[in-house]
Amino acid sequence: MKKDFMIYAVVLALTLLFYFVIPKPIIFSTAVSYIIIVLIAVVLLFILIRTIQGKVYERRIVFLFVGIAVVLPFFMSLQQKIELSPEVKALYDAVMELKPGSKVLVSLDYDPPSAPELQPMAESFFELCFKRDLKVIIMGLWPQGPQQAELAIQKISKSPDIQALNLQYGRDYVNLGFQTGNEFVIQRMGGSFKSMFQTDYYGTPYDSLELVKNISNFSNIDFSFNLSAGYPGTIEWVQIGVDRFGVKLGAGNTAVQAPQVYPYIRSGQLVGLLGGLNGAAEFEKVTGVLGKGTKFMVSQSFAHVIVIAFIIIGNAAYFLGERKGRK
Amino acid sequence: MEVFGTWLAAFFTLGIISFLYKDNPWYKLSEAVFVGISAGYWFVVSYWDNLYGKLYVGISVNHDYMLLVGAILGIMMILRLIPSIGWISRWPLAFIVGAIAGLYLMNYFSSNVMAQVQSSIMPFFSSTYGDSIFSTSFGTIVANIVVVVGTFTGLVYFYFSKEHVGAFGGAAKVGIWVIMITFGASFGYTVMSRMSLLIGRMDFIFGDWLGMIQ
Repeated sequence: MKKDFMIYAVVLALTLLFYFVIPKPIIFSTAVSYIIIVLIAVVLLFILIRTIQGKVYERRIVFLFVGIAVVLPFFMSLQQKIELSPEVKALYDAVMELKPGSKVLVSLDYDPPSAPELQPMAESFFELCFKRDLKVIIMGLWPQGPQQAELAIQKISKSPDIQALNLQYGRDYVNLGFQTGNEFVIQRMGGSFKSMFQTDYYGTPYDSLELVKNISNFSNIDFSFNLSAGYPGTIEWVQIGVDRFGVKLGAGNTAVQAPQVYPYIRSGQLVGLLGGLNGAAEFEKVTGVLGKGTKFMVSQSFAHVIVIAFIIIGNAAYFLGERKGRK
Repeated sequence: MEVFGTWLAAFFTLGIISFLYKDNPWYKLSEAVFVGISAGYWFVVSYWDNLYGKLYVGISVNHDYMLLVGAILGIMMILRLIPSIGWISRWPLAFIVGAIAGLYLMNYFSSNVMAQVQSSIMPFFSSTYGDSIFSTSFGTIVANIVVVVGTFTGLVYFYFSKEHVGAFGGAAKVGIWVIMITFGASFGYTVMSRMSLLIGRMDFIFGDWLGMIQ
């Protein structure tokens, strides 16, 4: 108990130190960044050697290193080279092929926990659409989806390029809000959008919205984009929207869901796919709007290297332990 | 108010992360608050979107009396809470299972079976009319072969009516390797996803809260 209070006191002291004392923002030079990387590599090598010698490290060491790997790159002035994958390029090309004035339906089916992966995709997709003069219709099968869209639009609206476009709600974009009913919402939208969305996110009647008043169903939509973190999401959009109503669909998914969705690309059911943070970073690169996807990729790569290092260390400990057991 | 919200979020984020050290009262408090707020949030969403937004407004304003059928089925489902007449809840449950199974059978068969089988039947040469027959790249041909062999051997592994020996056993062994590689790729993506969540929280702690990130 006494030890716990000591730890709470240390956390509090560190918080106050970081909040009030340390000058901000902190940026390491490239040389310092490389020195830190080398130091971490040396410590990992030391842990590997000690493991081979029979010393067993506890799991908190792994947590500590993963934490360091995730946080340190925030302060480093390092850039990661991002290669463009065919599925991201295909999505970008599909959007670029749309004529100005085309109507794009964007369904945001995720909530704040998945925002680190999906929010950068939403921001760069909206920005690309607005710059191409595409008309964006937003909806959500998850309650917080339309709120995430509002946050994304608020953020990109601060950019001078977007401000210059003088976007107007109702004319250039509409947020239809959330509708309960999961995949049955998609099914009923195939007959009538209005039957599912009598009003928009702000309570404005459907027929009063200039952009959507003449849209009856999917046949009036030129392209659809779905950001999904699970059920209901891309799989339901493919099964009902694409296969039943012929919607042309692109998707952005959390990495954990992406492997389930990849087969739909090969079969042509999906036009393109942004898979996880990597997909977000690639889309930012191709659209030229660098944001958090690109920024977070350095942390992501560092963390992966640490995980791989500890897989090697863990296997070394396992096999050596097994050999000792046999003796 | 925004500053207070940020501090509160930081307090609970650190509380949840503190579990990595060990189970402690700070973590327990954060967990209980999270679970409580989530349950409350979903109750409110369900009430306003389903019970009020769809049922009450649907019946009283739009006069859609078909909704009463759903309401009655819903009430029958809740009767499970009364042990003496709890058996009634099996009826709406049977209706839901039957309806969903019927709907999903068609969706999955069309999207996840037929379309996937069709996309697994791939040409070794260019199938586009007008193209030279050998215009398909070597990489594409190899990729197509890998997909076809992987699909076939994966299916062989799950065929248990014949003993896995000889050529059949060899194919099954290739199949299990393909399955393991698939699981490995899936696990890699899961790690990537979980790391992204951690990165998001750390960005909040060091950026939005402490203001240390440029």
